Amino acid sequence: MSSEKRSAFTSSPLFRTLFSVFTGLLVGAIVLLASGYSPAKAYQVIFDGIFSKPSYVSYTIIYATPLIMTGLSVAFAFKTGLFNIGAEGQFIMGALGAALAGAFISLPPVIHALVAAATGIALAAAWGGLAGYLKARFGVNEVIATIMLNWTALYLNNYIVTLPGIKRPAATATAFILDTARIEFLPLWKASEAGKLWRAGHPVWNDILRTPFNAGILAALLLAFVCWWLLNRTTLGYELRAVGHNSDCAEHVGIDVKSRMIYSMAIAGGLAGAAGALHVLGWTRQAAELAAMEGLGFDGIAVALIGNASPVGCVPAGLLFGALKYGGSKLQFALRAPIEVVNIVIGSIVFFVAMPALTRIVSRWARRTARGGGPHAG
Amino acid sequence: MPDRIGGADVLAVEMLGITKRFGDFTANDRIDLDVRRGEVHALLGENGAGKSTLMNQLYGLYPPTSGDIFINGERVRLASPKMAIERGIGMVHQHFMLVQPFTVTENIILGLESTGAFGILDEARAYREVESLSDRYGLLVDSRARIQDISVAMQQRVEILKCLYRGADILILDEPTAVLTPQEIEYLGEIIRNLTSEGKTVIIITHKLHEIKSMADRCSVIRRGVKIGTVDVASHTEGELAEMMVGREVTFAVEKRPLQAGDPVLSVKDVCCVNNRGLPALKDLSFDVRRGEILAIAGVDGNGQSELIEVLTGLRAVESGSVTMLGSDITGFAPGARIEMGLAAIPEDRQKRGLVGPFTVAENLVLEERARPPFSTRGILDLGAIERHARSLIEHFDIRPPREKYLASSLSGGNQQKVILAREITRDPELLIASQPTRGLDVGAIEYVHKRLVQVRDDGKAVLLISLDLDETLDLADRIAVIYGGRIVAVLDREDADERKLGLLMAGGEAVHVQ
Amino acid sequence: MKNLRALLSLLVVLVIAIPASAGELSVGMITDVGGVNDQSFNQSAWEGLQRAEKELGVKVSYIESRQDADYGPNLETMLDAGTDLIWGIGFKMADAALEAANNNPDQKYAVIDFAWDDTPKNLIGVVFKAEEASFLVGYIAAKMTTTGKVGFIGGMSFPVIWGFEYGFRAGVLYGNKDVEILSQYAESFTDAAKGKSIANSMYQQGADIVFHAAGGVGDGLIEAAKEQGKWAIGVDRDQNYLAPDNVLTSAMKRVDNAMFNISKELTEGVWKGGQTVSYGLAEGGVDIAPTSSMHVPADLLTEVEAVKARIISGEIVVPYSKETFAEFEAK
Repeated sequence: MSSEKRSAFTSSPLFRTLFSVFTGLLVGAIVLLASGYSPAKAYQVIFDGIFSKPSYVSYTIIYATPLIMTGLSVAFAFKTGLFNIGAEGQFIMGALGAALAGAFISLPPVIHALVAAATGIALAAAWGGLAGYLKARFGVNEVIATIMLNWTALYLNNYIVTLPGIKRPAATATAFILDTARIEFLPLWKASEAGKLWRAGHPVWNDILRTPFNAGILAALLLAFVCWWLLNRTTLGYELRAVGHNSDCAEHVGIDVKSRMIYSMAIAGGLAGAAGALHVLGWTRQAAELAAMEGLGFDGIAVALIGNASPVGCVPAGLLFGALKYGGSKLQFALRAPIEVVNIVIGSIVFFVAMPALTRIVSRWARRTARGGGPHAG
Repeated sequence: MPDRIGGADVLAVEMLGITKRFGDFTANDRIDLDVRRGEVHALLGENGAGKSTLMNQLYGLYPPTSGDIFINGERVRLASPKMAIERGIGMVHQHFMLVQPFTVTENIILGLESTGAFGILDEARAYREVESLSDRYGLLVDSRARIQDISVAMQQRVEILKCLYRGADILILDEPTAVLTPQEIEYLGEIIRNLTSEGKTVIIITHKLHEIKSMADRCSVIRRGVKIGTVDVASHTEGELAEMMVGREVTFAVEKRPLQAGDPVLSVKDVCCVNNRGLPALKDLSFDVRRGEILAIAGVDGNGQSELIEVLTGLRAVESGSVTMLGSDITGFAPGARIEMGLAAIPEDRQKRGLVGPFTVAENLVLEERARPPFSTRGILDLGAIERHARSLIEHFDIRPPREKYLASSLSGGNQQKVILAREITRDPELLIASQPTRGLDVGAIEYVHKRLVQVRDDGKAVLLISLDLDETLDLADRIAVIYGGRIVAVLDREDADERKLGLLMAGGEAVHVQ
Repeated sequence: MKNLRALLSLLVVLVIAIPASAGELSVGMITDVGGVNDQSFNQSAWEGLQRAEKELGVKVSYIESRQDADYGPNLETMLDAGTDLIWGIGFKMADAALEAANNNPDQKYAVIDFAWDDTPKNLIGVVFKAEEASFLVGYIAAKMTTTGKVGFIGGMSFPVIWGFEYGFRAGVLYGNKDVEILSQYAESFTDAAKGKSIANSMYQQGADIVFHAAGGVGDGLIEAAKEQGKWAIGVDRDQNYLAPDNVLTSAMKRVDNAMFNISKELTEGVWKGGQTVSYGLAEGGVDIAPTSSMHVPADLLTEVEAVKARIISGEIVVPYSKETFAEFEAK
């Protein structure tokens, strides 16, 4: 029960987040202890694995980049009253589009990268928009539609990637994108003799340049700002939010609710598509045949939850999640712990961080789906 | 009538120095309340005055910040409704908590099912008990009917039965008449009398003065979280009670200029439509609304009013017939296009259609004008203009608290209604559709809304009023159209109408075509 | 609040660096996205390293990759931990491993299932003469078919898989030159449904034994064999346990042996960097499954042993591509 005497700090979001992180670490520690591993050593490994070298920090950022954007995708849809479970499939479509445009179109540098990214984003936006259309036109719940479109995307990807002429020989992936489409910083120079010479004299930079550090993070930050701006400073964003909070009222005041649902899902799709596209252009340079979902889109749901479904919140949330993913991967190696234990530890941290937002958001979504009214004073 | 001098009589409920704060907002400020055994005690106050908050504490929904509660002279701590029920307290909320596909009895025993021998549900016994309770208090409830098939008034009686079944001696009724027709209200009064004659104590939360006059013995008035006083109802006039509640003199009569009706602004002709379940809701319905008049649609809830409003605002398609506004056929127009033509509507359910709760007051005030200058240029919002607009309307319409950045959902019902009213009226519409514009509002707010509606009429605009409240209809209307079973069964001039005549027509009595 | 602070400080006290011991030889491996329990070559590879740990006292470790993009960072994690030899398991790892080898000339790397034209000095490509095991199972199939038709399902059409196909074709031809061979590529290593539909169509066309070299696609084949009561031949590992009554034999790739042997060489100071090492029947790198004796008659197994000896002695040169198969056919 609330007590006025308690300081404002304990009820602040920052405190709640820190407290959740701590609870998550504690539960993770219990899991580690129970499976016979030292929590102290485990957390040391994660911490060192993230911060002890410039390249680790760089990798953390690289891992976080797509997560921020898939987080934005889920958060944006949520702000407009929709649950985008389809970030995974949209990510796949974005990656595929960018890989194809990056490999099979010839354009000057920068322009090529922009065109390739735009292709991926457009494809993913169409993919997300399709779910929006199904909801607007036929009343298909977007959760169901996007889940099915995830699988469709996966198989479509696998089909296209392995087509003759697209597939790279002796690989289960597309041809590599051309160097003109890459957004990695100085990829050719850093491998050249001159680059190696310079790097030898600059150990910190040398270490960062070991990693595929790329412009994706800048795009992620820019997109976070654009999402915030679009939602809060434009008429379209206002309408999207109105539909999200109360579609009955939005309809009553003359907002075309159906078209707004399609826009919203298309924008959300585009954001997840940007994650996939920049992942390809900045790092993997290919779209690969997928045996299973890679999970970057699903992780976006957790990121959006940790970020309290706010576009700006997705940035620190994505960085946290990326850090746990990257740092956590070293745990298995260092402790020789089964990956299941590692995943439970990481999962419990994420769970506790996301839980306060999760309960609130799920209940809000359930209320909206039920089309009920809000509470009011009596 | 409990004896005033007999102070030795133990009080059913005594609340002492109750203070309840939510954050830095004080909802109840050191309220003392005493309710005598066997009386009908009314809690009177404006919306947001703190009546429900006080009763929710008595029902164990949340604890007081400070203060003590005594039940039958014994000090109690009520941490949950369960504990309150154990103490013999029952509460019927404004929104019923019933499972639609279940029968009356199933709803009543819900949560108590396993009380039968060996944990086996003794259904027959439960049905017998419910029936005997219903007979005893004259509730006339069919214990085997399904909730979805019975009227709202019946559902309310099921809620009352639910409390009685759980052994309630003290019944709290939160705004019990808000959903009832005049006849049903009358019958509720009878039920309440049955209850008190059987020794039950009844607390009614309300802001309707004539109901207090007809039902309650004593009345406690709460204004802005503070108790103003407790009075015997019999020795005070409605006007005096209203003054206590609002804190100033209240005029009930609405001043209107003489009728100067012009051309029809809206013509509805032979409209048929179906409801959500696909059944006919409107059947060849026709009427006109003229410039400079208020046409009221009177009727019992559920006779097609909701569907009619949806047809007029463009939310529901017609099967046949036409809707014409200012000479153009707008039958197939989307809501947005109708708004462009000068149609404004105050929706019947302000939570559902009138406001975006999590939006600020400022944002809510530009819902229709969102895409127009000065609020938006080339798709980009001008937050400054939106806020200036809000501040001016807040001042003009006396919206409280005067904060444009407050969320609409945090406002009291009356102030929410003012936000909607401000938004719709300032757009200077040709036609204003007002559906139950004063539902759930207190007398001060009702007076204000009525004044504004009349002003729109006096400005030469057309007003269509759809109200379930006959007093309101008779106060405001120039003409009254009675809706029954999806048809307009009669259109009366105000001077030809009275409560009895309308009541008859609304109940499906013979249609009297005056014009 | 006090409790919280106490717990936090406890945690800080608990977090004390535990330095890793060094000295003995360390060998690590990065799995591909299949993970270490993939019932396939990743698992087999890890079994090889575990044997090395037990028998040679080598310090071993692994990291599982969750997505293709993880290969690079995982290779670096192992590099930073000071691992003496880093294995990449599977041809998907080839690009990442080559890049890592070029960037870190002092670090030893090895990759399973890949051969480069020009291998850096600090890298070994390990390939298996899958054609030799395929030859043996082809020989068994030719001898055991009752319909005179057998099938082959390939994952993707590229040199590694061609080795399986042409080895199998040669084995069938060697066993009985009248047996017809149906062959199809699934263009996938994961799509079990596709494997099932290809297998069903082969069985319908009259084949009674189908061999696959298609990873997860083969699961569909084995399922089809089980449903239709036909024979399937497994690949890479002994796949008999998937359908004990229907998996006739398996063309095994002893990744474990290769991993063990190269680790062992390293403890002896031998490093065959800069080249492709190929493991065949002679080196114990490939073989037919031990469970073959369940369904293959003993006298046929004796014949197979004889064929094996002829391959090891060089009397039979097993083809691994279209061209070499043409030469083989001509003989």
